Amino acid sequence: MIQVSHLTKFYGPRAAVNDLSFDVKKGEIVGFLGPNGAGKSTTMKILTGFMPASEGTATIAGFDVFDQPIEVKRNIGFLPESPPVYPDMQVDDYLSFTARLHQVPQDQITRCVQSVLEKTSLGDVRKRLIGNLSKGYRQRVGLAQALVHNPKVLILDEPTVGLDPKQIIEIRELIKGLAGDHTVILSSHILPEVTATCQRIIVINRGRIVAEDTLEGLTSRMKKGLLYSLIVKNPTQEGIEAIRQIDGINTLTATGAQLLIEIKPHSKEIRDQVVEVAVSKKMGVLEFSAEKISLEEIFLQLTTVEKTESEKAEALTKRGA
Amino acid sequence: MIRNIWTIARRDLRAYFTSPIAYIVIAGYMFIMGWMFANILSNFVVENARYTQFNYAKGMSIAEGVIRPLYGNMNVIFLFLVPFITMRLFAEEKKLHTIELLMTSPITLWEMIFGKFLSSMLLVATMLSLTLVYPIILYTTGNPELGPILTSYIGTFLLSGCYLALGLLFSAATENQIIAGAMTFVSGLFFWLISWATQSAGPVWGDVFMYLSLISHFNNFGQGLLNTADVFYYCSFIGIGLFLTHRVLDSFRWR
Repeated sequence: MIQVSHLTKFYGPRAAVNDLSFDVKKGEIVGFLGPNGAGKSTTMKILTGFMPASEGTATIAGFDVFDQPIEVKRNIGFLPESPPVYPDMQVDDYLSFTARLHQVPQDQITRCVQSVLEKTSLGDVRKRLIGNLSKGYRQRVGLAQALVHNPKVLILDEPTVGLDPKQIIEIRELIKGLAGDHTVILSSHILPEVTATCQRIIVINRGRIVAEDTLEGLTSRMKKGLLYSLIVKNPTQEGIEAIRQIDGINTLTATGAQLLIEIKPHSKEIRDQVVEVAVSKKMGVLEFSAEKISLEEIFLQLTTVEKTESEKAEALTKRGA
Repeated sequence: MIRNIWTIARRDLRAYFTSPIAYIVIAGYMFIMGWMFANILSNFVVENARYTQFNYAKGMSIAEGVIRPLYGNMNVIFLFLVPFITMRLFAEEKKLHTIELLMTSPITLWEMIFGKFLSSMLLVATMLSLTLVYPIILYTTGNPELGPILTSYIGTFLLSGCYLALGLLFSAATENQIIAGAMTFVSGLFFWLISWATQSAGPVWGDVFMYLSLISHFNNFGQGLLNTADVFYYCSFIGIGLFLTHRVLDSFRWR
């Protein structure tokens, strides 16, 4: 449904998007994950025909984004970073307007607006001025706008920003429900967001794809550098230093009673050694377990390759805390 | 095509009337127009009485003494008011990020520009139609010529279109409404005053400045003459303004 090949976008001399290629199949929900400024929004703006790319091509629903922009735009619904709403319009008037903009036939406008109001649970505020709504409602109006003409492809730039937890869950359910009929690309820098909604994840950093896989695939791929948590009763400085000396340990971060131990990738089995040292130093081992690698860590590992050892330790400490 | 233009125009027209803009502009316009009409008319009556008293030929006609000054001055009011009508058209869309909605909708830039131009033209048409009350008053008491009234309306409508095209251009160029409005006023005034240089600029440039002046082309309309050259000038002015607006908006995509 979406094919992107060698997409590049320069802002002046700086490449915001650099040689990006990926495919999205019909009915798939793909998460675009990356830190702020990674090039997510730029890619989305190119896909929606808002701005042209410097190099490369993209096709949506069989139409070229650059040569047939009108056909492409007819097939997409787009929620930009900030919801494109007019504060001086009522919710239902606004949605009728966007339906008309997307050339929904006149006799179907009322029906389309009605159904999207129900989908996004905006029925109660349909007669309110958008300017008087809270941020969360405005975001939902923005989402409703992207859905009202029932497009084949949905491109959502951080769809749950500004929503409260309950609304986030509702919107995620809504997006998940769109899979199959609609092809969805959504971007986020919030990791659980993509875990919760997407079937496939594209991790992007500094304009390049650093990983592209399913959540399971990414997790197993990252199992190489193993992380263990050792909880002790008596975390002596001497004991910690002794463990640190063991060959094969990459970093060791002590926070109170918990020691986070990262073992070097491809290291020989040293777990028993760690426990032996801890026991011999009378630290009082309470628990020794493998940390489940969360998406945060995958993300950090993929996007912070160039970081120094100390910064990495800091990140691990934060995660441990 | 037409439907897309109308979709845009309809929304902007509604925005004029759901905000105070339209009401304030129309009320201000009608207030000044009423003041002018009353004074021009009473001056005309006094002058004419004097003419008849001293037996100067026939005195002035209504066309000469009322219609011409009335519609001539009306243009000045539009010069002042048009910036308030156009300044938000694109600048606000940029500020609100709704331009992203329009740019990613299956409508062309031209449809967007025509739609916005149409909405502002319709507002001006509404304002003009309210002033029809003055000719009606004149007809109840006198018998003015129809020609100058008709051509004055056509001329004013076209001249306002020129101001609107300028306004649209500057609104597209910035997201700051104040800048858009100020630039519209200054540039409109400049195209008005450009003919002042006619005397000093020498024969060739003098003619050029005279030709470029928005107001010099209005004289014929005011006298009841519908000259194709003047109509052509105003239409080209509007066309060039809208074309530049298109270029400006398109250029933003390439940054």
